Amino acid sequence: MKKTFGKIFVIFWKDMLTEIRSREMIIPVLVFALLVLVIFSFAFGTGADTAAPGVLWVALTFGGVTGLNRVFAVEKENSRMEGLMLCPVDRAVIYWGKVAGSFTFMLALALVVTPIFLALFNLPLFLPGLALIIALALLGFAAVGTLFSAMAVNTRAREILLPILFLPVVVPVIIAAVQATGPVLAGMPWEEMVIYLQIITAFDIIYLVAATLVFEFVIEE
Amino acid sequence: MNGKRQLGNRILLGLGFALMVAALYMVFIYAPTEKNTGIVQRIFYFHVPVAWVSFLAFFVTFVASILYLAKREMKWDAVACASAEVGVIFTTLVLLTGPIWAKAAWGIWWTWDARLTTSLVLWLIYIAYLLVRSLAPEADRSARYSAVIGIVGFIDVPIVFIAVNLWRTQHPSTIIFSGGLTGEMLQTLVVCIAAFTVLYILLVMQSAGLKRMEAAIQRLRSLQEE
Repeated sequence: MKKTFGKIFVIFWKDMLTEIRSREMIIPVLVFALLVLVIFSFAFGTGADTAAPGVLWVALTFGGVTGLNRVFAVEKENSRMEGLMLCPVDRAVIYWGKVAGSFTFMLALALVVTPIFLALFNLPLFLPGLALIIALALLGFAAVGTLFSAMAVNTRAREILLPILFLPVVVPVIIAAVQATGPVLAGMPWEEMVIYLQIITAFDIIYLVAATLVFEFVIEE
Repeated sequence: MNGKRQLGNRILLGLGFALMVAALYMVFIYAPTEKNTGIVQRIFYFHVPVAWVSFLAFFVTFVASILYLAKREMKWDAVACASAEVGVIFTTLVLLTGPIWAKAAWGIWWTWDARLTTSLVLWLIYIAYLLVRSLAPEADRSARYSAVIGIVGFIDVPIVFIAVNLWRTQHPSTIIFSGGLTGEMLQTLVVCIAAFTVLYILLVMQSAGLKRMEAAIQRLRSLQEE
């Protein structure tokens, strides 16, 4: 069991090192996410009660999709996919390593986007409830997005295919996340949003398990 | 096709035709006019069976996808794809007949309640299924990928339904479908459901058979080129 975690960590750390050294993914995606935040604020107005959760989640969703596009694209571009496949590891290990990478990436994105969002809408900056919602929802994005990214990278219209596959499937996460964020921003008690967190958690578990089972079919040559 | 299968096909075709004629008669002549919404209510007899068939179609795709990944026989891929195509057509019909009925009966095209939203998301997921098939170049890859989507997409359906249900109970819906179904209406509905189910089976059988023949031709062609 410990060896499996070790293997997952190796794959995860390889991606992290690449990204930390080149910073070629995080900065453009971050800028894109901030732009989405600003544009949607213009589009929907800056009323803190109605549009705010939506604006945040649109920015995180579209920023997340843009980041997820790159998860397997780097492997494919540099012919590193074959190298990855030659590793004597269970295919599920590759999946979990990539999920850890995507999740960390999106978390880093959220760490920058969310405080800026809160400031723009004049909301309190310290919201642990919001952090929990974001973490759980982004885990769901990572679980689904990593699976579909592996698929999309081998098809012809890869950049557009990932959103087309990803967005309908994560609809329940987006609905639940937006509905949970509203009460948190308004400072309401925990009970209001627990049920939505349960939905997101159930989604995460179901999809992590399902994707682990089918990932080998996606990645085989 | 051997003789027995051809005979079975003919019987099914005859049955489907008879059921559809009966359904048309019952919908337009036999069933009484509903007192609140009038003639427009008769769309219901097409809308409900078509919705049922679309869910059946995606369930069949789900099962066939699992069978394909387990056994790697192309026939399961043919069934999964055929069922998904028919499913998309029927879901499109649901999304067309529903709003037409709703606008005429209750004055609104759309509402974000659980069933409508789930149908919409289902439609989008299976359009993605078809897009992957057309965008993935090799036959084996497109079969594998779409099988994965067929499985993963279907699992999503109950989750979407629950999430939207929860969301919308905070904002109660404006549509109340009151009143039960009288005997004649129920009979009409049952006949319509049967008619559309047989239609679905016929369409999928034809389509899957055609796909298998196409795949066989492709195999022969690639063998010839070697």
